Amino acid sequence: MQILARFSRPPRAAPVAALQGLPRLPWLWAAAGAVVLLGAMVLGVLVGPAHIGLGTVLQALVAPSAVDPAQASILWSLRIPRVVLGVIVGAMLATAGAAYQGAFRNPLADPYLLGAAAGANLGATLAIAFAPGSSLIGVNVVPLAGFIGAAAAVAGAYALGRTVTGLRNTTGLILAGVAIAAFFNAIQTYIQQSQTNSVRQIYSWILGRLVTAGWEGVLLVLPYVVLSVAVILLHRRLLDALSIGDEEVTSLGISARRVRLIVVIAATLGTAAVVAIAGTIAFVGIIVPHTVRLLVGRSYRVVIPLSLLFGAAFLVLADTAARMVAAPAELPIGVITALVGAPFFIVVMRSTRAAAL
Amino acid sequence: MRKHHIGFTVTAVLTIAVAACGPTSSTPSTSATAHFPVTITGTNGASVTINKQPHRIVSLSATATEMLFAIDAGSQVVAVDDQSNYPANAPMTKLSGFQPNIEAIASYTPDLVVAVDDTAGLVHGLGALNIPVLIETAAKNFEESYKQIDQLGAATGRVADATALEKKMRSDLAAVVASIPKSTRQLKVYHELDDTYYSATSATFIGQVYALLGLENIADGAKASAGDYPQLSAEYIVSSSPDVIVLADTKCCHQNLSTVAARPGWSSIAAVKAGQVIGVDDDIASRWGPRILDFLRALAPHVKQLGQQAA
Repeated sequence: MQILARFSRPPRAAPVAALQGLPRLPWLWAAAGAVVLLGAMVLGVLVGPAHIGLGTVLQALVAPSAVDPAQASILWSLRIPRVVLGVIVGAMLATAGAAYQGAFRNPLADPYLLGAAAGANLGATLAIAFAPGSSLIGVNVVPLAGFIGAAAAVAGAYALGRTVTGLRNTTGLILAGVAIAAFFNAIQTYIQQSQTNSVRQIYSWILGRLVTAGWEGVLLVLPYVVLSVAVILLHRRLLDALSIGDEEVTSLGISARRVRLIVVIAATLGTAAVVAIAGTIAFVGIIVPHTVRLLVGRSYRVVIPLSLLFGAAFLVLADTAARMVAAPAELPIGVITALVGAPFFIVVMRSTRAAAL
Repeated sequence: MRKHHIGFTVTAVLTIAVAACGPTSSTPSTSATAHFPVTITGTNGASVTINKQPHRIVSLSATATEMLFAIDAGSQVVAVDDQSNYPANAPMTKLSGFQPNIEAIASYTPDLVVAVDDTAGLVHGLGALNIPVLIETAAKNFEESYKQIDQLGAATGRVADATALEKKMRSDLAAVVASIPKSTRQLKVYHELDDTYYSATSATFIGQVYALLGLENIADGAKASAGDYPQLSAEYIVSSSPDVIVLADTKCCHQNLSTVAARPGWSSIAAVKAGQVIGVDDDIASRWGPRILDFLRALAPHVKQLGQQAA
């Protein structure tokens, strides 16, 4: 049903005026985004279930050797990498969400639209059920399988969409993604049901693993995310052109299909890497770009970099809440992003009268 | 009130049956047959009447399977679910206790079905076929576990064996607890269910075991809203610096001292430094059957050693 809702609103070309007019105060919002992100990171480093005083934290940041080694190790091995990973994951999901919305000219597109999450979950489930505890070249096989699964699902959806509609419109591609996701979900559920021993592990993998993250996780995703974000940022002007229509892009001497393919590959690569390490975190890819649009207007030139900043800040705050609300127990971060994110988005939408949607 | 009353009835029946039966009898005797019909109130509060001694029992609970075999009712069991991997001679099938299939269960023509939960309309569905279903939910402490053993004894006509098992468990437990010297320092334990740091509080069966050993469970620091099996923050575990880490994820997640020591920040934990990271069988640590004493015996020397070091 939710999926059908995606099609109830036909893709609509943006009014040209929205593109020609300057975005509302982009630099001011960029500065605000940077401040919010910095504030979120500071908060994320300062608070945690292990009570470490403000002075100790500051001292540990400047001269770790002067602090109690146990506390320094909590900060440097656990809390700080988790905040850094939150920045990376949030930035990636929000940027990928904006990119997908641009590439598909569909406001309900999110990074999981073409089956990235379903693919990652299937890959990880297979690895947990049939190759538990194994590793490949020193890397745990589970995130690797998640990454491959996500990439395979999106590639499959792309190939399927192409054979069906030749990619003349995006509807065929989206439908192919929906079909692939349903198919992968079915296989994943079947394996999960037949392997009752590993249910808990599969479940906690899907809910996300920021809990166990360390620098290793950061290093694992960083190259993919940097590459992905760089490519999307370079294509943000073309996404603006694409939002008017494929013809507009073609008239610039550029293939709309090619732009779409590059953006989708880049966004998928980053999303797959992030999902492989953090699990499926919902709503960030939808709520953040739309909030940014409501604040600054629709131009992707501005929406994409600002989504990156606000997405990072949002996820760091959500993760801080995830470890503080029920401390010392953890809440699944996806619960926080949806529980806080959805009402916040509704408030923003109401207060701005949804003009930019 | 009602539940209490029936519980009393069962106890009364048990007492009479014990008196009639005398010490251990491996074959169902006439007195065991005379014990039926019997009405038992399962731990879910529903009562079930068993008209004659069952000989075609289907167990959909790994713990109940272990209990049935431990009270010598194994010969009366025709099928056990896909999780009942102990004892080795239990007739394991593809039946599932999580997603029970009424038809598949009925095809064994059981005269008693034992399960952990009434999921997927199990009691209703089998009730339509006049198959009694005894529900024995997860025990929260030893007393509840003993009660389930007694009930299974009453349900299978193995009352004497059940009483003997309970008695042995009680004395073994007391012996283990008595062997541990009173520590001068409160020792802390972290019980790990999987490698994303899910744990168990003292409100659970396994948590009760730690309480008996005089250990402080760090999972109790979690708020009640997080449930009996909270997922703990890594930094909380590290800053709590437990003296003992019990890994109940050696089978599922292949964890051991070296994988735990390799986790970021974990090398500063007292248990890791002292090598007091104890790998246990996931199954034993997650069931509330007779083998919990094996778990206790595996744990006791470590607690003893730590207590002596502290003293």
